Amino acid sequence: MFEASPINLKNLTRQKIFRFLLGSMTATLILPVALILGTLIVKGAPVISFDFLFTSPTNGMTAGGIFPALLGTILLVLVALLASVPLGVAAAIYLSEYAPDNWFTRAINLAIINLAGVPSIVHALFGLGAFVLFFRFGTSILAASLTLAVMTLPVVIVATRESLQAVPMAFREACWNMGATRWQTIRRIVLPNAVTGILTGVILEVSRTSGETAPIMFTGAVFFLPFLPQGVFDQTMALSLHLFVVSTQVPEMPEAVPYGVALVLIGMVLLMNSASIALRMYLRGKKKW
Amino acid sequence: MVGSNAVNEDRSLVKDGTEQSPVKLGVENLSIHYETGPALQNVSFDIRKNEIFGIIGPANAGKTSFLKAINRMDMFNPGMKIDGKITFDGTDISKVRNVYGLRSRIGVVFPLPVGLPLSVYDNVALAPRLAGLKNKAELNVIVERCLTRAALWDEVKDRLNSLGSMLSGGQQQRLTIARALSQDPELLMLDEFSIAVDPVTTMRIEDVLKELKNEITIILVTNLVQQARRLADRTAFFLEGQCVDVAVTEDLFTGEVSDQRTRDYVEGRFG
Repeated sequence: MFEASPINLKNLTRQKIFRFLLGSMTATLILPVALILGTLIVKGAPVISFDFLFTSPTNGMTAGGIFPALLGTILLVLVALLASVPLGVAAAIYLSEYAPDNWFTRAINLAIINLAGVPSIVHALFGLGAFVLFFRFGTSILAASLTLAVMTLPVVIVATRESLQAVPMAFREACWNMGATRWQTIRRIVLPNAVTGILTGVILEVSRTSGETAPIMFTGAVFFLPFLPQGVFDQTMALSLHLFVVSTQVPEMPEAVPYGVALVLIGMVLLMNSASIALRMYLRGKKKW
Repeated sequence: MVGSNAVNEDRSLVKDGTEQSPVKLGVENLSIHYETGPALQNVSFDIRKNEIFGIIGPANAGKTSFLKAINRMDMFNPGMKIDGKITFDGTDISKVRNVYGLRSRIGVVFPLPVGLPLSVYDNVALAPRLAGLKNKAELNVIVERCLTRAALWDEVKDRLNSLGSMLSGGQQQRLTIARALSQDPELLMLDEFSIAVDPVTTMRIEDVLKELKNEITIILVTNLVQQARRLADRTAFFLEGQCVDVAVTEDLFTGEVSDQRTRDYVEGRFG
C-alpha cells in the first residue's frame, strides 16, 4: 500500500546522505577542543601539583611554581570587573530603559559595536597612552585592569541590554499604569528578572579577560617579579603573559612547564564557563513567566 | 453625534440620581494621533461620578487609545499625540505635573492578564508599596480585601507566596483586577477584561463591578454588546476613531438613538 515510488527512493537516499554529511561536519567541531585539551592534559598534568600552583618560579623560571602569575591574573580580572560591571550595567539600563530613539542614542550604540571590534593590541596602545601615561598610573595593575575593562565593556553592555529587553514590555506597562516611575519599575520588576542574563554576561567576560595577553603587556604585566604585588599601583605577573614567556623566551625550559601553565589557564576559563552554564540552568528552572 | 448634555436632560426627567452626579472625567474635542495616522477624532462627552460608562465598538475604533490618553501613557509612547482636553475632577490632566499621582488614582485592567513575576501577595501589595506603605499588617488587610473583591481570595489564600504569573489565565485576570483595586482608585478602566476569562468568572466579576459602582467610577471598554447592556449606565459607540453615539445604554438597544450605524452594531448587523 505504501510502496516507495522511484522518486521517493531517490529522496530518501539523498536525505540519508545529507544527514550523514551535516552530522559528520558537526562532529568535527569536537576535534580541536578534544585535541587541545587532550594534549594539555597528557603533557601538562604531570607538573601540576600544590607546589606548582602556590610557589614562586625559581632558577630563571625553569623550576618552581606559578603562584605570582595566578594571583596576578585573578587580581587583574577582579579590578577590571570592579570598573566595567557598574559602568556597563548602568549604561545598558540607560540605553534599554530610558534612552529615546534619536541620533545620540544611535551614535552611542554604534560606538559600542565599534568598541567591540577594536583589536586587542590597539586597546593595549590606548591603555598605554591613556592610563599609563596620561593619567600617570604607570605600568600597574590599575592601568592594565582599566584597559581590560574598556575592552570588555561592550560585552557587558550587550549582555545586560539583551537580558533587560527579554523582560516583557507588558510588565513595564502594568507598572507604569499603576503610577510607578521608570526607576521603580526597573528596580522592582525589570532588574530582578534580568539578573540571570547579566550574571552570565559577567562570567563570560571574566573568562575572556583572564586569557588576554596583549592589553596587559604594555600596561601592567611583567615577565618576572621577585615579589608579590602590594597594591593596585604595583606591576604584576599574569598567567597569559607567563605562558608566552615560558614558551618562547626562556632557554632550557622543561617541556612540561608551558603545558602546565596553559592547562591552569584553560582550566580557569572552563571552570568559569561551566559555572556560568550551571547558573543559567539553575535560574532558568526558576523562570517566572 | 448626539451631545451628552441633550441626553442627560432627557433622562433627568425619568432617572434617579446617577445622571445628576458631578462630572468625574470631562472629555472635550479629544483627538489622538499616532505616526501611522489618527486613532480618535474630536470626541466630547462627560463621564459622571459613580457610573459605569461603557464604550463599545469594533477593532481600531480608538477605544484603547482613549484609555491610554486618560492615563497619560503618551509619556511612554513617543509617537502618540493628544489634542483637546481631558479633565479629571475638573483639573486639566495635560497640565498635571505629577502624572504618577494621577495614574495612581486610576486603575487599569488590560485585555490579556498581566501577572507580574512576583508572588500573588506581592502582586497585590505592589501599588501600596510603590506609594510608600510598609506596614505589614496594613498590607495584609489590603491584600485580603482586594483579592476577596476580585473573587480570587478563596482560590489563592493558601498559596499567596506562589508566583502570580503561574496562575491560570482567568485567575491572573482576577489578580490584575485585585492589583488595580489595591491602588484604591477613584476611576477603574477595564479594557475588554473578559477576553481571557470563562463565563462563570466573568459573571462574578460583573457582580463585583456593580457593587464597586457605589464607590468609584468605572469605564468599561467591551467587545460584548450584551455586557455593556448588563452593566453600563451610559454607553458610547466608537467607530473608526469617531464617537458615533453617547446615550443611556438602554436607549441604544431600544432604537431611541438617531444613528443607524449604532443600531446596526448593537443588533449585530454590522458588516
